[in-house]
Amino acid sequence: MWRALERGFDAAFGAACNPLRHLGAIGFLAIWLLLASGVLLYAVYDTSVAGAWRSVTALETWPLASGRLLRGVHRYATDVLVVVIALHIVREWLHRHERGVRRFHWLTGVPTVAFAAISAVGGFWLAWDRLGQYSALASAEWLDAVPLLGAPFARNFLALDAVSDRLFSLFIFIHIGVSLLLLFGLWFHLQRLSRAAVMPPRSLALGVSLLLLVLALVAPVLSQPPAAALTEPVALDWFVLWLHPLTDASTRGVTWALVAGAMALLVLAPFLPQPARPAVAVVDPANCSGCERCFDDCPYAAITMVPHPQPRVGRLLAQVDPDLCVACGICAGACPSSTPFRGVETLVSGIDMPQLTVDALRRRLRQDVATSTAREPLVIFTCDHGASASAALSEDTSVLGLICAGQLPPSFIEYALRDGAAGVVVATCRDGGCEFRLGERWTAERLAGRREPRLRARMPRERLERVQAGPGDEAALAAAVARLRERVRTLSIPSN
Amino acid sequence: MSDTRPSTPHGLFSWLGQLVLYGLFALAIGVFSQWPPYHPLGAEQALIKLSVSHVGKPIGECRKLSQAELDKLPPNMRFPEQCPRERAPLTMRVELDGKSVLDRVVPPTGLSKDGASSIYERLAVPAGNHHLEVSLNDDVRPGAQTYTRSADVTLAPGQVLVVDFDANQGAIVLQ
Repeated sequence: MWRALERGFDAAFGAACNPLRHLGAIGFLAIWLLLASGVLLYAVYDTSVAGAWRSVTALETWPLASGRLLRGVHRYATDVLVVVIALHIVREWLHRHERGVRRFHWLTGVPTVAFAAISAVGGFWLAWDRLGQYSALASAEWLDAVPLLGAPFARNFLALDAVSDRLFSLFIFIHIGVSLLLLFGLWFHLQRLSRAAVMPPRSLALGVSLLLLVLALVAPVLSQPPAAALTEPVALDWFVLWLHPLTDASTRGVTWALVAGAMALLVLAPFLPQPARPAVAVVDPANCSGCERCFDDCPYAAITMVPHPQPRVGRLLAQVDPDLCVACGICAGACPSSTPFRGVETLVSGIDMPQLTVDALRRRLRQDVATSTAREPLVIFTCDHGASASAALSEDTSVLGLICAGQLPPSFIEYALRDGAAGVVVATCRDGGCEFRLGERWTAERLAGRREPRLRARMPRERLERVQAGPGDEAALAAAVARLRERVRTLSIPSN
Repeated sequence: MSDTRPSTPHGLFSWLGQLVLYGLFALAIGVFSQWPPYHPLGAEQALIKLSVSHVGKPIGECRKLSQAELDKLPPNMRFPEQCPRERAPLTMRVELDGKSVLDRVVPPTGLSKDGASSIYERLAVPAGNHHLEVSLNDDVRPGAQTYTRSADVTLAPGQVLVVDFDANQGAIVLQ
């Protein structure tokens, strides 16, 4: 279902700018907007019982609706953040990214959910209108279900004259202090990732920002009447404050159990039974030149460069941290010693995947091309996480599955053609759809000659077909194979 | 090299699709950020909050130490009177229109049981006239006083009536 949703969004936004593939980055955009608008709002905010409501309401009188824009963007960015956090969790869970090495990212993300929720709820108290009062009191009553304090926290809100200016310092601490904790938590969350996206693609960033501005103008966020007796209904923000009505409708025990259960589930999810971890990348010092390409390309920062044991000044050796390696093979695709043109019986690369070595790939390629009876055999390199090539199978095709398309050294394409293949198809996942984050991007750049190791310029490009075919794109892969087949036939017809 | 992106959107369709999806998202955000309005209380309901946080009386009488007992103590600990540290639990009973709505005994907090006892309860009641009987006891010694308050109250819809105990006045207060 999620895949169908992503494909539907692809049709409108294109795979590269599909918001469902950039949920984390959109969340960061919302945080940047919250920070920027929050700094301005704090500058004009009066941290007192008497002044809080007045200072927030005064935003409505700012010229050119600038105050409304500021407050609206701040509020709606919060709602967007809540929505994208929820979707981000669902997506990562559906992709089973809570497992294995990525357990770290999952677990470090859990506290940030709590920080975001606390900070968001606390923001409503600062306005100190009827909604803020209701939320503060409801939150205090909810917290009092756990006997943390000697006296119930809710007693602070029993009467309006019981609320002191000092309480607003606590509100500020909760809203801003916990937001800073959120940023700190996100810093942890992004560790062990190289090239983490903290901004969505430009068009998406513009679209989301514009959406917030339009919302702020069309449906301005206005203060409700000042805090008083709860005699009127409140316009509740259901994205952030849903816990209050749920508690009113049930009991504090039920919602505590719900929240604690959800958090426990998030924490325990990575520890549920899961398949054995695949073998991680292995470095062969004799073949590692210390070129740092694998270090540059590893999406999970699992490779560090250390001094090479061979005594040459400045020479480095790649070192794989098995706790960080997701076994994607992108490093093997980046290694210059993975080239199949090397005249050795057994091809040993500087860095390789034990479960699918470049030597095994070369042997398989040689065998398939040599045993093919087709006049114009085609070689299809596919990704194990992308589209299945079953629909493209025929007598003239040979399919070589890779852990990730990024595992393919570009020289294998030229090698396949020299060995007798008439054409080569390289199937990657859609833009932003790589299981290992960067495989499809690096493959595209390598084949386009923009990244090492480059596909050589003299390689006949007309015999190469690159297709973005993620899971479910079998028809697209088959169509690409058919297109290449037709093209190589045309190329084979001698011109007069 | 031929490069195929199976779902690269084109022109009008892409713009329309994005417009619809952004619009739906904005609609969802705009609507559910303030609608439907929420009624914390029913239209014809009022709220009685029973909120007491009070340190009970010591569980026993203070006792004067004899000179012999004082002499056994280190010089810096020779207080002539010794009082029990532990406090009495708080017993609160509330009747609304003749019906018991709360009957609770709350022990003092703290490892030495010398902290405050707290009661916080919300009672949603129909708006209108009610008769309230509240009794509170914070002393387990013989002949101890029980604080009581009896009142006829008229609660408007949405009104919140707080029942508290003012230790300075030594009285149950309604506010």
